[in-house]
Amino acid sequence: MSAATTTAPAPLLRRDLTTARLPRWAPAGVAVLAIALGCAIGAGAGLASHIQWGLIAALLFLTISYGLAAKVEGRRQAKDRFATSVVWVAFILAVVPLGALTFYTVQQGIGAINGDFLTHSMKGVVASTTADGGIYHAIIGTLEQVLLATLIAAPIGLLTAVYLVEYGRGRLAKAVTFFVDVMTGVPSIVAGLFIFSIWTMFKQGYSGFSGSLALAILMIPVVVRSAEEMLKLVPNELREASYALGVPKWKTIVRIVIPTAIGGITTGVMLAVARITGETAPVLMLVFGSDVINNNPFSDPQQSLPLYIWQQYTVVNNEYGYDRAWGAALVLIAFVMGLNLVARGIARWRSPKAGH
Amino acid sequence: MTSSPPATSQGRAGRSRRDSRFGDKVFFNFSRGAGILLLVIMAAIAGFLAYRSALALGKNEGNFLTTFEWTPDGVKPVFGIAVLAFGTLVSALIAMLIAVPVAVGIALFISHYAPRRIAQPFAYLVDLLAAVPSIVYGLWGVLFLVPHMDGLTSWLNEYLGWTYIFDQTKNGAPARNLFTVGILLAIMVLPIITAVTREVFRQVPRMHEEAALALGATRWEMIRTAVLPFGRPGIISASMLGLGRALGETIAVAIVLSSNSQLSLHLLDPGGGTFAQNIALKFNESQPFGRDALMASGLVLFVITLLVNGAARMIIARRKEYSGANA
Repeated sequence: MSAATTTAPAPLLRRDLTTARLPRWAPAGVAVLAIALGCAIGAGAGLASHIQWGLIAALLFLTISYGLAAKVEGRRQAKDRFATSVVWVAFILAVVPLGALTFYTVQQGIGAINGDFLTHSMKGVVASTTADGGIYHAIIGTLEQVLLATLIAAPIGLLTAVYLVEYGRGRLAKAVTFFVDVMTGVPSIVAGLFIFSIWTMFKQGYSGFSGSLALAILMIPVVVRSAEEMLKLVPNELREASYALGVPKWKTIVRIVIPTAIGGITTGVMLAVARITGETAPVLMLVFGSDVINNNPFSDPQQSLPLYIWQQYTVVNNEYGYDRAWGAALVLIAFVMGLNLVARGIARWRSPKAGH
Repeated sequence: MTSSPPATSQGRAGRSRRDSRFGDKVFFNFSRGAGILLLVIMAAIAGFLAYRSALALGKNEGNFLTTFEWTPDGVKPVFGIAVLAFGTLVSALIAMLIAVPVAVGIALFISHYAPRRIAQPFAYLVDLLAAVPSIVYGLWGVLFLVPHMDGLTSWLNEYLGWTYIFDQTKNGAPARNLFTVGILLAIMVLPIITAVTREVFRQVPRMHEEAALALGATRWEMIRTAVLPFGRPGIISASMLGLGRALGETIAVAIVLSSNSQLSLHLLDPGGGTFAQNIALKFNESQPFGRDALMASGLVLFVITLLVNGAARMIIARRKEYSGANA
């Protein structure tokens, strides 16, 4: 009797401790099954849009993996698996459109780009019936406007960040911090409206410079934010060492604090540049656009890359226009991505390694 | 990293005190001036727009809040923001409904689920995608997304048409409607929401997570009990930042939406408009008075985004204190 009671629970206990588990390849298997079923149903029911195929497959994946886990592993584990599946589906849901965007832009744009496209303007080109013309004037315009905006925004942004980190006490600093944050969210079109209302007050016409002013408004808060973070990372010991040697505060900031953080500050400025390079709305209302090369940003309309894309789509609005728009879009994306990569490279290379 | 800082200050110890004080004063005033300039710019934006709006509103023959039409340059100037406000809110709402859950999912994927080898590059990729210009999203939206939406919209119309909002009254029209705009906005704000949420999830105290796991929680239970409660303020503020972006998005909406001045709850029908889209489309062809009217709608947009962003920042600021006490 006693022998029977001691031996009988043993296998039961064992089973309790190591409950049945799905094999490691189960999620992958279910995914393949769901995709296959999704395609089958999609093709079988004659659903035209591949978005639907994907959504069906995603739903199938969620239900099958939940059902399977609930049957084999119990409810708590099933919920866990369900959550894991949801997270993976979210990941794929995000990757698909973002991947499609990049792929489609490259695919459409690469055909339009050649030497002529990069070195010619649209002067004298009948845009709607030929594939001629290019984006040279737009590149010039974009570079000049962005450069001017950076020349305005970077010093103001950096000085504001210095104020907030090195001097900022009391209500003014609090207000500045708050409004920097809020300013980050100012819609680009509102910045454009603001500059336009000033510009008409002074009876000025379209120019690249007015666009730069609007872009600078969008850029300043981004610069302040990142520069502030970087200046905060500079160890206090450096400042104290400098003060101890009798160096005045301003010189400490200029010669020690800023050079220490310059890598991160540069990164922040470049990321801000990348952000404003693609802004269309303020440029549309302030710079107006032009088909010819205008090297002077201070008078007369200029062109810019985003505006060029906009005009090729809305004004030309046929295959020739779309091709040029995609070509310009690819150049624009390449420029922005390149800036991002370089900026992050600098950040990794020269970041103050505090707190590690 | 530190380029031998003390070297520069040696040998200058004899400089006069007054000199350094003067330098300090100048530098301080410059940097404080930059901060004040920022406040002045914000005040000036509000002031200028309010002034121009007042000029336009005084001559408006319609009710600014309830009128559908936008014809400020007509013989009888009539303009109102009803359609614009509706379109802006609806498209932003759709974007939020899609983007927030997905963004939280992606953030969890990066912070807790993905193998480390995938997580880092993927986080990087998401950050890069936040930099894709909106004009490119717009071009892609109208030339790629809109044709691919046809199947989905006709399916929604067929099976969910009884809900009224998914009822399509103009069959066969390209899907340049508020629903597509909402989806496009969701894709656009996804990287922003993800980036902020991810950072918050990363700050969850490791101890909380391990405590939950030690009590026998599954990974999901650990996330539900430890990660999400800690990250909730972060998720809310990230969503509001995304919302601010979606509300103010201009050029992508202007390209994709086929706008008109009808307020329709049929989301799958082309039509409607948003504040920013309306300004971008009509600004260059408007008379000076029409531009003032557009400034009035811009002021409304400015105030809305100001409130949304301000609220988001206040939530973040409150959380900072909370996490400080918690560390």
